[in-house]
Amino acid sequence: MTWFKRDRKKIETTEKKEIPGDLWQKCPSCGDILYRKELAQRAWICSKCGHHFRVAADDYLEILLDAGSFEEFDAELESVDALEFVDTRPYRERLDQYRERTGRNDAVLCGIGSVDGVEVSIAVMDFNFMGGSMGSVVGEKVARAIERALSREIPLVVVSASGGARMQEGVLSLMQMAKTSTLLSALDRQGLPFVAVNTDPTTGGVTASYAMLGDVIYAEPRAQIGFAGPRVIKQTIGQDLPDEFQTAEFVLEHGFVDAVVPRMRLKRVVSRTLRWMLGREALPEEP
Amino acid sequence: MPKGVYLDFERPIVELEEEIEDMERLADKAGMDVSAELATLQAKLARLKEEIFTHLTPIQRVQLARHPRRPYPLDFVERCFTDWLEIHGDRAYADDHAMIAGLARFDGQPVAIIGQQKGRDTKENLRRNFGMPHPEGYRKAMRLMKTAEKFGHPVIAFIDTPGAYPGIGAEERGQAEAIAHNLREMAGLRVPTLSVVTGEGASGGALGIGVTDRILILENAFYSVISPEGCAAILWKDGEKRELAARAMKITAEDLEHLGVVDEIIPEPLGGAHADYASTARAIAEAIRRHLGEISAWSVDDRIRRRREKYRTMGAWKGPEGAHPGPRDPVPAGEADRRS
Ligand SMILES: [Zn+2]
Repeated sequence: MTWFKRDRKKIETTEKKEIPGDLWQKCPSCGDILYRKELAQRAWICSKCGHHFRVAADDYLEILLDAGSFEEFDAELESVDALEFVDTRPYRERLDQYRERTGRNDAVLCGIGSVDGVEVSIAVMDFNFMGGSMGSVVGEKVARAIERALSREIPLVVVSASGGARMQEGVLSLMQMAKTSTLLSALDRQGLPFVAVNTDPTTGGVTASYAMLGDVIYAEPRAQIGFAGPRVIKQTIGQDLPDEFQTAEFVLEHGFVDAVVPRMRLKRVVSRTLRWMLGREALPEEP
Repeated sequence: MPKGVYLDFERPIVELEEEIEDMERLADKAGMDVSAELATLQAKLARLKEEIFTHLTPIQRVQLARHPRRPYPLDFVERCFTDWLEIHGDRAYADDHAMIAGLARFDGQPVAIIGQQKGRDTKENLRRNFGMPHPEGYRKAMRLMKTAEKFGHPVIAFIDTPGAYPGIGAEERGQAEAIAHNLREMAGLRVPTLSVVTGEGASGGALGIGVTDRILILENAFYSVISPEGCAAILWKDGEKRELAARAMKITAEDLEHLGVVDEIIPEPLGGAHADYASTARAIAEAIRRHLGEISAWSVDDRIRRRREKYRTMGAWKGPEGAHPGPRDPVPAGEADRRS
């Protein structure tokens, strides 16, 4: 887990995960008790039932990028709490707590890396940081990731995991949807590829902006993908929701993602897609 | 003020108005001269309106934005434009009555108009789904925007929605995709675009027709990432805390101007837009005329670049290169708190 470049602080927080209490993990799907170290080696997929665990952003890079290829950008960007927002607790305190817990300044990790040799500008959201919510920093970092793709003329890959826009930054969060989408318009016009990968959960303002704007959109098995929250919908319509509602498979069936791709195959599928878009030589067929 | 429906904080005004009417009626019947008493009451009424409407709290503005007598987009279409021809359908699934779209003329110039439309009574509200569009509404709006682009005419969007509809069909037909698609495509429209937030600007459902060269807002309208009730339910675990949520999220027109999200606040008459449709419509038309004049002068490339730049600078963060927005244009702290 230390093969890509990052500063000392983050290595320390990654090590913190390895404390004895964190050795085992229960699978929320089948209930099996799994050894975390093995789980990490298997891309955080349950060996018994195939459940895809939510993955921290830096772990996801390991799944998707070539070893040693990642260079992080804009790690220092942080929120300034422009609204001086206080609910039951000050927003600043919440931010500090999540910084401490994740070793990150906000809910997205961005940089340059390569997928089976194809250089990409990549942004990976981290659900562990305030539910992957999109405020100014997430919007700005994704915007810069798009600009990096534009200036280097390389594809963009965005891995989403988000509960939606961040309420603590009010309308500024909402406007990040517009900010990122207007830049994606530029990317589109310049003919550069954009592959969106939607993981559990991809909802709200993130779905209603970049997560639904990929030239090709992939989703992880069973990932929740939708716009409105199930509770809100249930309340509004006053009836129970279908079992499969808002699963990746449901969204695929209704035509809003291109394929549901198991995590183990994702890197190869993304690189084949990018190579096709760029007109590069195909990789050897998988066995 | 129109009688019948009024808000709690409007009650003293309504009562005084009724008192004045009663006195006029009685004096008329008895043939008495009560002009002195009437003048006193009229002065008192003016002071009362001034007092109440210059000290509105954020949640009171939200109430005004949702006032059952609030003018809706079609009320402005009728008063600001001519030659209205409504068009229907997204050519894929259905016609969404929560989203209006049509051809019109502004000072004789062809324009395209889109907007969310609420109903005036229960029956119309059911038809218009309380102004909450489905995906086909966003797609209908985009269809007209593309038509306007084809013929080189400006697009004017009226925003007034509690949000995009949260329902099973809406999710099945891609509510998120419909909005996302609009955000990206509006960014690239070659024609001048302008939005006016006239009532509720709630979440992605509002923004879905709102990526424009200029964003104007009526004085008592609001624009927010989520409704105050929704925010209260999630962060305070109590929907009743909507007043706190409305204050905390900085959703009033004045806050939005400070945050760099809106370009201009269009003043409403004392008593709110519902007190005088005609003067509100005149103020809107005047603002549209001025802004449309400015953005129509831009070249296409310049327009698209400026639009992108406009949204590019929205937000607040800090990094090695300093803070954004910089110290020269700070976001004033607690502005709403001082005001109310
Ligand atoms: Zn399992």
